[in-house]
Amino acid sequence: MLDIRQRTGYLFLAVMLGHLILISAQVQSKTGVPVLETVTFGFFSRIQGAASALVGGVRGGWGNYVDLRGVRTENAQLRQQVSDLEVRLQEQHALASRGVRLEELLKLKSSTTLPTIAASVIAGSPIPDVLTVTIDRGSADGVQPDMSVIGPKGVVGRVMGPVAAHAARVQLIIDRNAAIGAVTERTRAGGLVFGRSSGDDPPLGMDLVSNLSDVKGGDVVVASGVDGIYPKGFVIGSVEASQPGPGLHRVITVRPAVDFSSLEEVLVVMVAARGATPEESAPASRQGAK
Amino acid sequence: MAVALTLQSTLAGMSVGASASVNLVLVAVVYVALAFGPVIGLTAGAIGGLAQDALSGGIIGIGGFSKTLVGFLVGVLGAHFIVSQPLPRFIMFVAATIAHDLCFQALAALVASRPLRFQVMALITQAALNGAIGIIAFQVIESGPGLLQRRRMRGESLSRRRF
Repeated sequence: MLDIRQRTGYLFLAVMLGHLILISAQVQSKTGVPVLETVTFGFFSRIQGAASALVGGVRGGWGNYVDLRGVRTENAQLRQQVSDLEVRLQEQHALASRGVRLEELLKLKSSTTLPTIAASVIAGSPIPDVLTVTIDRGSADGVQPDMSVIGPKGVVGRVMGPVAAHAARVQLIIDRNAAIGAVTERTRAGGLVFGRSSGDDPPLGMDLVSNLSDVKGGDVVVASGVDGIYPKGFVIGSVEASQPGPGLHRVITVRPAVDFSSLEEVLVVMVAARGATPEESAPASRQGAK
Repeated sequence: MAVALTLQSTLAGMSVGASASVNLVLVAVVYVALAFGPVIGLTAGAIGGLAQDALSGGIIGIGGFSKTLVGFLVGVLGAHFIVSQPLPRFIMFVAATIAHDLCFQALAALVASRPLRFQVMALITQAALNGAIGIIAFQVIESGPGLLQRRRMRGESLSRRRF
């Protein structure tokens, strides 16, 4: 039991508190709300805030420290998932790019009247100075030597012999041993486009164009068809620079239309090479195709 | 307490001077506190103060708070000191009146959000009057039982006489 003096003190405090509550219930604050309500709400809101902070602290502590046991495993799983997803994303990206290229090839195939078959580039040349690629079409598909190979942007090269049953080598037009009979589209100035030395930029040059001819930078150069290999009118590239030469012919450099650094899908023109026209005997290859 | 309240209500219009008046309820509370201790004193102060507030029509609780405080303090002091002589009692009544008025005015100012107002002369007058009434009350009440007994005894002795 409490001491009599303690009981008296508690009773006194209780009665005084009761009076204060009674007064507060009657007096209104400046906002018109009873003081008791204002004080009570303010007091309990502090308690609620403290309780919320305490619960939040415990929860945060649990989440940040105790719950970390499963985080490491989950992290490893998520990293693996991310890696798998990245690989799949790259696959999808590659598929999408291939789709775009095939669509362009299809447009080309649809637009040309020449019979063609699509082929994929499966290998490059092991010798740096020899600019050839290997495609996955061969004699079993009807591919023959000296058949021209084209891409959506322009002429790629020609099939070199011997042709395997399911593969063939293609000499690119930028090879230093390659040459194409060509004319400028604007002025029909005729000449011979040839591959320059590897490392030269641009990789093509145009020879046998008279100094009197009107050829200037930007002119589109197309195949003339006189060599009997490349179909007439197909784009080879564009003139990069054209200057009068010391002799009879101009010095012209040509930038190819095809990006040979990203060659993946091509079309093989299924038309056998014919001989060069007698009056314009421009050789298909400087050293001759075998 | 009820008698004090009734008398206070009746005498409310009677003012000594222009602004002084007695507080019979406070006198009763102080008497009870001195006579019966702090618990009874604070109880009497609460009841008397609340009743006076209710009858006055103001905020209920200010008078109760003040009288409860005074009743408790007077009861505690009365238990610690010898307050059986008229002078100490008079001092107690005066101090209680001043303390009550201070507390009452402070609470009223707080509630009404106004500055504290003290009428010193009125307060002194009220304290003196309360003190005088308190002393008289003590004298009357303390001598009351003896007086009654003596009257009873006189009556019995008169009735026993045979002429």
